[in-house]
Amino acid sequence: MAEVLTGSHFVHGDWACAEGAIVAGCRFYAAYPITPATEIAERLAQRLPRVGGKFIQFEDELGAMASVIGASYAGQKAMTATSGPGISLMLENIGLAVMTEAPCVIVNVMRSGPSTGQPTAGAQGDVMQCRWGTHGDIEIIALAPQSVQEMFDLTIHAFNLSERYRIPVFLMADANIGHLYESLKIPETDRINIVDRRKPTAAKGEYRPFSAGEDLVPPMACFGDGYHFYATGLTHNERGYPDMSVEAQDRLIRRLCDKIRRDTTRIEMVEEHFTDDCNVLVVAYGITARSALSAVKRAREGGIKAGLLRLITLWPFPDARIEELTRCCVGVVVAEMNYGQLVREVERAAMRRVEFVPKLGENPHQPEEILAAIRRAGK
Amino acid sequence: MSPLNHPHSKSLRVDQLPHIWCQGCGLGIVLHAYADALEETGLDLDKVATISGIGCAGRASGYVNTDAFHTTHGRALPFATGVGISRPEIKPVVISGDGDLFSIGGNHLIHAARRNVDVLVICSNNFNYGMTGAQFGPTTPSETKTPTSPYGNIENPFNLVALVTSAGATMVSRWTVMHPNQLKRSIKRGLTKKGFSFIEVITPCTTGYGRLNKMSPLDMMKSLKKTGKIRKVLPIEAICDPATEIILGDFVDIEKPTYNEVFESLTHRAGVAL
Repeated sequence: MAEVLTGSHFVHGDWACAEGAIVAGCRFYAAYPITPATEIAERLAQRLPRVGGKFIQFEDELGAMASVIGASYAGQKAMTATSGPGISLMLENIGLAVMTEAPCVIVNVMRSGPSTGQPTAGAQGDVMQCRWGTHGDIEIIALAPQSVQEMFDLTIHAFNLSERYRIPVFLMADANIGHLYESLKIPETDRINIVDRRKPTAAKGEYRPFSAGEDLVPPMACFGDGYHFYATGLTHNERGYPDMSVEAQDRLIRRLCDKIRRDTTRIEMVEEHFTDDCNVLVVAYGITARSALSAVKRAREGGIKAGLLRLITLWPFPDARIEELTRCCVGVVVAEMNYGQLVREVERAAMRRVEFVPKLGENPHQPEEILAAIRRAGK
Repeated sequence: MSPLNHPHSKSLRVDQLPHIWCQGCGLGIVLHAYADALEETGLDLDKVATISGIGCAGRASGYVNTDAFHTTHGRALPFATGVGISRPEIKPVVISGDGDLFSIGGNHLIHAARRNVDVLVICSNNFNYGMTGAQFGPTTPSETKTPTSPYGNIENPFNLVALVTSAGATMVSRWTVMHPNQLKRSIKRGLTKKGFSFIEVITPCTTGYGRLNKMSPLDMMKSLKKTGKIRKVLPIEAICDPATEIILGDFVDIEKPTYNEVFESLTHRAGVAL
């Protein structure tokens, strides 16, 4: 079996994610079985040993996430996949990955919560958890696929961003996309852009593992290469050693956050439909964006100038674009599969109240529900 | 002392010394034995990674001149597993404490032993959570008074030697910091052995446990000499009671295929691409 399965496939989203990881160069995967992400583990258990990679099923998600950071420090591209309850267990180590700048990808195939909730029911209830779940000041990157194709494409992109910025990157899928079957096209390898972390150029004795240049992202040596460097979850100086001074905390946290904040325009990804002249803007992501697009088209047929802003990056949040697009709108609609999460961000960015269409339980929004909200918002 | 003159300038980050540990604490002896063992085995230090969790013992990784990582509380072993599985040429060594490895990280410990991950674990056991102020932990003897067991500990302690043996460890030893030569010898054996190796080191927590139980640092060291008894017994019989006797020695040393070796054979079964 080849490393890259170039060609057309009719597969589910979790399968596409696993293949995207292999194409991106992922050679270490650790996870604990959980619905609805288990199929990613099953696919990679089969595939990774054949492409020189390692698959390990851990005793729990705490261990899985810690081992991903270990593999990342040993120079591998590493991934884990889980769902909400698993993310809840991983959060402390996700903070460790942020603090020690370990590139890695965390897939959350979201299901209904809180707690055990409805394990097989898709949801979008973890979008704030991935932003703020771990303690302390952090910036994070999170991508939301809306199709099986994007489960593949955005998994690769998630690896590229994690390597570029030395940060854990979330792929925030929902169970509906994870379990959806549709066509997937895997391109030729030479048509896929792959980013690898920057290696240090300093001599081994001179390497300062947390010293960054203008882009604020330090080059990364890996274990086993003779740099003998140290990393800790404690606040640290450029050499990696614990530093409990006020200045060290201020300097480190600013750099960790600013390496993302300064580059938001490069990281942010949205897709727009009919936004050139819209006066009602719908904001949606993931599976919901598909219903939203249908609703927007039907609104247009009915004479309402509706437009769709689909968020591909949930974090960093595209504040500026939302502010710009909503400035001249009569109304704004947000639809998401939860009881009100990213709607707060939209309200903050747009500086106004919006028409919110929540959805609880496994079925995605019907276009009619969003259409009704567009009509209300357009009045 | 100038860094250049330090006897462990090869294996320790001497510019990070002095260490943070209290006077009378035995963790320096453990570090010393590890540094000696690293140098005497002649291992390529580029291919050793020292990993620790949280707590007093967890600070050891910061003083060792190998690649080193200070993880979250209890997660040193899964981090080490990630390193050792993805780069089998690296020998991960976990240096941590009894609370980190057997309480918050207990699940990882038994599973790493069960998998026979190629890792050496050096567990300093001081019978309490020293860093946070001597609260009782999974190794604290019953009835001991601590800040969170002011009327005496109502729980039973783990016997670490018996526990890791039953979980599948291929090498199991116990020493005290009053037995530095034996400790060093076991560390050297663990560094070169393939598989899950476990060394328990009994060490006094003078500031916490000792002060609360009215034992001076010197008394605590003397008591280790008195209660520590080297015996050939089954791991299950290796009593560890600081008030009466602590059985010391090498209890297990067996050969078993490591996780990486078994994975390697799985790779052949699966068939390799290209």
